Amino acid sequence: MSTTLLIVQTLNGLQLGVLLFLIAAGLTLVFGVMDFINLAHGVQYMLGAYLAVMFYGLTGNFLIALVLALFAALIFGLLLEFVVFRHLYDRDHLDQVIATFGIIMLLNQSVKLIWGAAPLSLPIPEIFSGSVVLMPGLLYPVWRLVIIVSGLAVALILYLLVSHTRVGMLVRAGASNAAMVSALGVDIRRLFMIVFGFGTMLAGFAGIMIAPILSVEPGMGDTILILAFVVIVIGGIGSIRGAFIAALLIGLVDTLGRSFSVDIMRLFLAPSPARTVGPAIASMLIYLLMALVLYFRPAGLFPAKGR
Amino acid sequence: MADEAVLRIEGLGKNFGGLRVTDDVTLDVREGELHAVIGPNGAGKTTLINQISGLLAPDAGRIVFCGEDVTTLPMHTRAARGLARSFQITSILPGFSALENVALAVQARSGTSFRFFGRASSEEALNAAARQSLAQVGLAERADVPAGELSHGEKRALELAIALAMEPKLLLLDEPMAGTGHDESARLVSVLRSLKGRFPMVLVEHDMGAVFALADRISVLIYGRILASGTPNQVRADPQVVAAYLGDEME
Amino acid sequence: MTEAALSAAPTARRSFLVGNALPIAIFVLFAVLPAFAVFSAETYLLSLVTRVMIFAIAALALDLLMGYGALVSFGHAAFIGLGAYTIGILSSHGITEILIALPVALVVAVLFAWLTGIVCLRTKGVYFIMITLAFGQMVYFTASSLAPYGGDDGLTIRARSTLAGLPIFGNDRALYYISLACLLGAYLLCRAIVASRFGRVYRGARENPLRVATIGFEVYRYQLVAYLIAGALGGLSGFLLGNATDFVSPAYMSWQRSGELLIMVILGGMGTLNGAIIGAAAFILAEEWLSGITEHWKVIFGPLLVLVAVFARGGLIGIATRLRGMRRG
Repeated sequence: MSTTLLIVQTLNGLQLGVLLFLIAAGLTLVFGVMDFINLAHGVQYMLGAYLAVMFYGLTGNFLIALVLALFAALIFGLLLEFVVFRHLYDRDHLDQVIATFGIIMLLNQSVKLIWGAAPLSLPIPEIFSGSVVLMPGLLYPVWRLVIIVSGLAVALILYLLVSHTRVGMLVRAGASNAAMVSALGVDIRRLFMIVFGFGTMLAGFAGIMIAPILSVEPGMGDTILILAFVVIVIGGIGSIRGAFIAALLIGLVDTLGRSFSVDIMRLFLAPSPARTVGPAIASMLIYLLMALVLYFRPAGLFPAKGR
Repeated sequence: MADEAVLRIEGLGKNFGGLRVTDDVTLDVREGELHAVIGPNGAGKTTLINQISGLLAPDAGRIVFCGEDVTTLPMHTRAARGLARSFQITSILPGFSALENVALAVQARSGTSFRFFGRASSEEALNAAARQSLAQVGLAERADVPAGELSHGEKRALELAIALAMEPKLLLLDEPMAGTGHDESARLVSVLRSLKGRFPMVLVEHDMGAVFALADRISVLIYGRILASGTPNQVRADPQVVAAYLGDEME
Repeated sequence: MTEAALSAAPTARRSFLVGNALPIAIFVLFAVLPAFAVFSAETYLLSLVTRVMIFAIAALALDLLMGYGALVSFGHAAFIGLGAYTIGILSSHGITEILIALPVALVVAVLFAWLTGIVCLRTKGVYFIMITLAFGQMVYFTASSLAPYGGDDGLTIRARSTLAGLPIFGNDRALYYISLACLLGAYLLCRAIVASRFGRVYRGARENPLRVATIGFEVYRYQLVAYLIAGALGGLSGFLLGNATDFVSPAYMSWQRSGELLIMVILGGMGTLNGAIIGAAAFILAEEWLSGITEHWKVIFGPLLVLVAVFARGGLIGIATRLRGMRRG
């Protein structure tokens, strides 16, 4: 267990955490403000990645591809909201689960139809490629640092928006009590659209940023979706602060857990069983964490609705 | 001698944030008496009932029921020991028929419910007892109606029937007349009068006519504290009570 | 139904048949189907309908939770997986005896249901959905990391279960009828539970848990017992599935599979038990039929689900009831 490895994995954990936050933020807002379970949020992330690949193929420039993909993801998200989701806000969560499950099916398959099932990739922009020396003997990929920095920047912007603007205040109020906000005369439809659109963009942005280091393939949104739900459940539904803390926590626990599970297990078991039990426990770790949190705090760490 | 009281509350206290909703409340309910708790809105009457029934945990004090300290016992355990309550906002099973609502309460007192075979709805013993309860509150004709379709007054009566079917050792009634019209409340009053003496009751009510017609003793709750406690005449004459509450009510 | 108890015997019998026409028809259909399968594609049809019946058992269990208890479990496939993996692992060690394998599979399922139930049932609403999902994922990942038992690729089950040495699952017909018997048993069990004293408390807790607690019932205990029963039925389903497919993999308990179970129950009509069987049949048959037409059948199925969620309240049974109501009115 070297220090270098520890630092590298901590940074990796931070990177995963920041990514999870981008996805979870939109999810928790939509859930908190509109009481809408959006399983299709994961495909927004996937779509962001695919659109980035497509636009890069057309323009050859990462930055332009990013902007175009972001814009296209937003349009698509709003389209989904208008055509499908709008009809489900008043329904119970079960109907929403079924409908968004159907959307996942449709989009995963459509993506396979349009782009094929083989994984695609996106090259890291020139200036950010390669590694940087953080410490003697410690090299870390520049792009991962870019992800961390941009993710934190977005978190900061989100925080400022939510706590210092009028719209942000409405969003916070809506997450606490949407009916009240509507009764106060606020155009709840427009508020919903803004919240949804923003969440969509965040997820798409996450997808675009991760595309250069992960393979872009159908169904890539599914696993991260589950993680994002774990994040918002631990953090407390409707709370951005909760999502931020939970996301970083989960990113670190998952990454460090996976790297060091075998070593930790070796403290208790012989090397051979440690090698089987270790990874098994590692993949279960965050779910154990969620079960633990929910056992003591059945509504998460920072629930927005004062239950 | 002191333990003739079926229910004894000692120094009960509850805070919501900085607000003292229940402030050092001590009172007792004796065998067979109807003890009314009155007070203006926001005095903490429902909170008090919630603490007695076990829905809310007090921050201080004790609740002694039939000689046993039940302060830390969960709601369903207290109910199984004979502490029944009705709710201010009607709380019934809307999808079940009126009969089934009451039969469920009878079932709770008739052996184990961990029976997985045999139609519960065919158990004549349960149904007969349930019909009796319904008859007592005047709902005998409406037994097979889905509870959700009953009128408001009928639902209030059903609440009472459910509580009765539990063969309670103490009945907590949280504003049973809330929202009922004149005829309905007169009927409920006569039902309650017919039940007097069978078991002790704590009645929280705003309807002063009903309170003074039924109560053996009255406690006045203002801002979470008991201001006065005694017979209806004593309370009616108490200048503090008149000033704080009854003055306006008696207009 | 109360009328049936009060009226004379012949009318009672007629009323029983009329009231239960749907499930009787379903089971009769299942029973005679193999006779029609003698011509072409017999194995195919038998194995398809066997799969329908096996998933119907799991769907019944889920309907017991969802439809009658408002406990929406998004991790129900875990029980199927546990049942299948139990016989897979035992089989790989040479143990195929049903009298050992089946009880073990059921115990494993019930144990998992108990350990997860005591945590899950402390939550409600969407938190319950999420935590059942999480536990399902835990089992999924555990299975994926079981390298000696195939890990991600799954485990081929080389020998089906035997009873006292007899290969009763030897041919597809036998497997079909055993599955049918299990389905019938599961169905009758669920019907009995729902109508029983236990069922009354449990259903009451769905309507108004506060009221039921105030009457003197500890709601949590009833929900836990229901959860254990549902887990056991899921395990049974998995036991049969392993035998039917001669294979088990982590995918048997993916969250997508759990989602498909939810869809089956809702598609058929939640809270009717008949709906669970119909929904399982509709889903699996539709999947079979559509995937025969195009490899990209999910592009059709996906929007279909959306339409069901938005428009078809009460699933297929709800639609049928409404149509019957319209024709009379």
